[in-house]
Amino acid sequence: MLLLSVVFFATPLGLLLAFSFAGPTGVTLDNFAEFFGDPFNFKVLTNTMRLGFETVIGTTLLGIPIGLFYWHSGRRMRQVVVFLSLIPMLTSNVVRTFAWIVILSRQGPISQALLGLGLTGAPTSLLSTEFGLLLAMVQIDLPLIILPLVAILARTSRQLPEAAEVAGAGHWRILVTVLLPMMLPGLLAGWILVFASTSASYVTQAAIGGARNVYVPQLITRQVGVLFNWPLASAIAMVLLLSTGALLMALALISRHRRLVGHA
Amino acid sequence: MATQSGALLVDGLTHSYGGELAIQDVSFDIAPGEIVALLGPSGCGKSTVLRAIAGLIQPAQGQIMLAGKHLGGVAARERGIGMVFQNYALFPHLTVEENVAYPLACQHVPKAARKERVRELLALIQLDGFGRRLPRELSGGQQQRVAVARALAASPALLLLDEPFGALDRALRFDLQVEMLRLQKSVGITTLIVTHDQEEAQSLASRLVLMNKGHVEQIDTPSTVYDRPKTLFVNSFIGQANQLRATVVETKAESAVLKLDASGSSLTLARRLDYAVGVRIVLTCRPEQVSVHAAATATSLPARLIVSVPLGPTLVHDLELADGTQVRASQMRSGAAFVPSLGDQVHVTIDADHCHVFPVHSISPSELNKGAKL
Repeated sequence: MLLLSVVFFATPLGLLLAFSFAGPTGVTLDNFAEFFGDPFNFKVLTNTMRLGFETVIGTTLLGIPIGLFYWHSGRRMRQVVVFLSLIPMLTSNVVRTFAWIVILSRQGPISQALLGLGLTGAPTSLLSTEFGLLLAMVQIDLPLIILPLVAILARTSRQLPEAAEVAGAGHWRILVTVLLPMMLPGLLAGWILVFASTSASYVTQAAIGGARNVYVPQLITRQVGVLFNWPLASAIAMVLLLSTGALLMALALISRHRRLVGHA
Repeated sequence: MATQSGALLVDGLTHSYGGELAIQDVSFDIAPGEIVALLGPSGCGKSTVLRAIAGLIQPAQGQIMLAGKHLGGVAARERGIGMVFQNYALFPHLTVEENVAYPLACQHVPKAARKERVRELLALIQLDGFGRRLPRELSGGQQQRVAVARALAASPALLLLDEPFGALDRALRFDLQVEMLRLQKSVGITTLIVTHDQEEAQSLASRLVLMNKGHVEQIDTPSTVYDRPKTLFVNSFIGQANQLRATVVETKAESAVLKLDASGSSLTLARRLDYAVGVRIVLTCRPEQVSVHAAATATSLPARLIVSVPLGPTLVHDLELADGTQVRASQMRSGAAFVPSLGDQVHVTIDADHCHVFPVHSISPSELNKGAKL
């Protein structure tokens, strides 16, 4: 295991790190200076982070009701919920992205529905908009938040909300003081997965976001594939890694809070 | 810590799950401040009764009254009942203080009053200084006491305990039961305990409600239930009971003669028996009412000793009668006149004055097995 992770993970990462400090005359910080020197790059970085946050919020808003539905369901319905949330994961990311291109396009169902309801005057395309990309990302990443949630809820005692009810709590109080705290470890795990997945989903970002919405993975591809500037590409990759890594680390630290350990 | 304890009245409670009758016509009452135990084997419907009282299920029929108020349309959260769940159901993300304060927060009790009440309760359960701990940082017994404190926090009119000692070590149980009694007495709250453990029920409750297959079989004090069981089920569930098949041979005003299947010998009961001659019956007797002798007497039955187990001050013998019926006898170890050894052919006599007689049709196949195990 250790050998595998050294060969396939630590070594490439080390190379990447080395590359990012490489200059024509030896070790330099020029690559990082170049990246941060351009306000456009910085905006791309914040856009990437924002997309991650928005997707996390979107998947959470959808994931919690689905989690609650799972919680209140019987054994059979629970299996259906798990199966339905797994189905998207059985299709390739590329296929799902192209399906979303159809759905979001000018002739797609969303545009036609808005037109039919008289909400828009002319067919509109959600392609190449951040909102369209967000819709696709939320759908694609939804299983990543549902699965950890379901795993937590499946082994949580039904007695807890009952105890709250007998103690005098209403439905909303039970949701806020019992069910959501019970779900929190699952949500934290889901947030880590969704954020990591979104900020690195090159295909979806490129195909649906289009040229108007650029995210860090595309920047890297351009440096490597078009400009052949490996050192700068490595530097950008390191910046992305560190900024998302810091966030994920923070989430992981929160999930080790003593109140969240050893639930259920 | 004055609590406005109320009387509980359960009348004709009937409920079914998916067409299967879980409880049928369950009725009993608890006087203010009394402890009553709902006792029965698992699956007898006692938990259903408890959940109906707590308001977690709506019974199909029947009435529940607490302190003179009908609980029919009242939601669980408005019933003013405190409940200790089987595995305590403490909120794992809340500290001991927060757990105990939870019912108070639900009632929007001001912060200062809440704090004062929590301090008072933690003192009552002797866990002062544990307020900042999380439930998982406590021992099982401490968790149980926190669950009791939470149930009592909002000064409920009734305390429900669902198998409160089930998850605890046997050694701990007795101490905690004594502690629970002390707590209950000091608060004076009407209490209903649901348990399958007869010792627990007997040591805590002033009256037992015995349930079997969704019915109430008997409601009496622990000693009455033991000494004068109304049904064969109660007889064999509370304590141990040997079961012997017999036929009524003769009935008189003040006595009756039975013929035992096991030996063909007859046994005379010095009391009136309300059975017709020729009726098949089940005769039951406690192990302490069976004595073992070396020599045969006029009323003794021949038996073979299978195993003897010393149990504290007593010695428990498992014996087999001539027809294979198993009989258990217990005798005091000190001062025993005769101690048989394994495989011995011995003679047992049954104390006819303390035997109980039940009609044969009251045995179900599962109870037959239970009888054979004894």
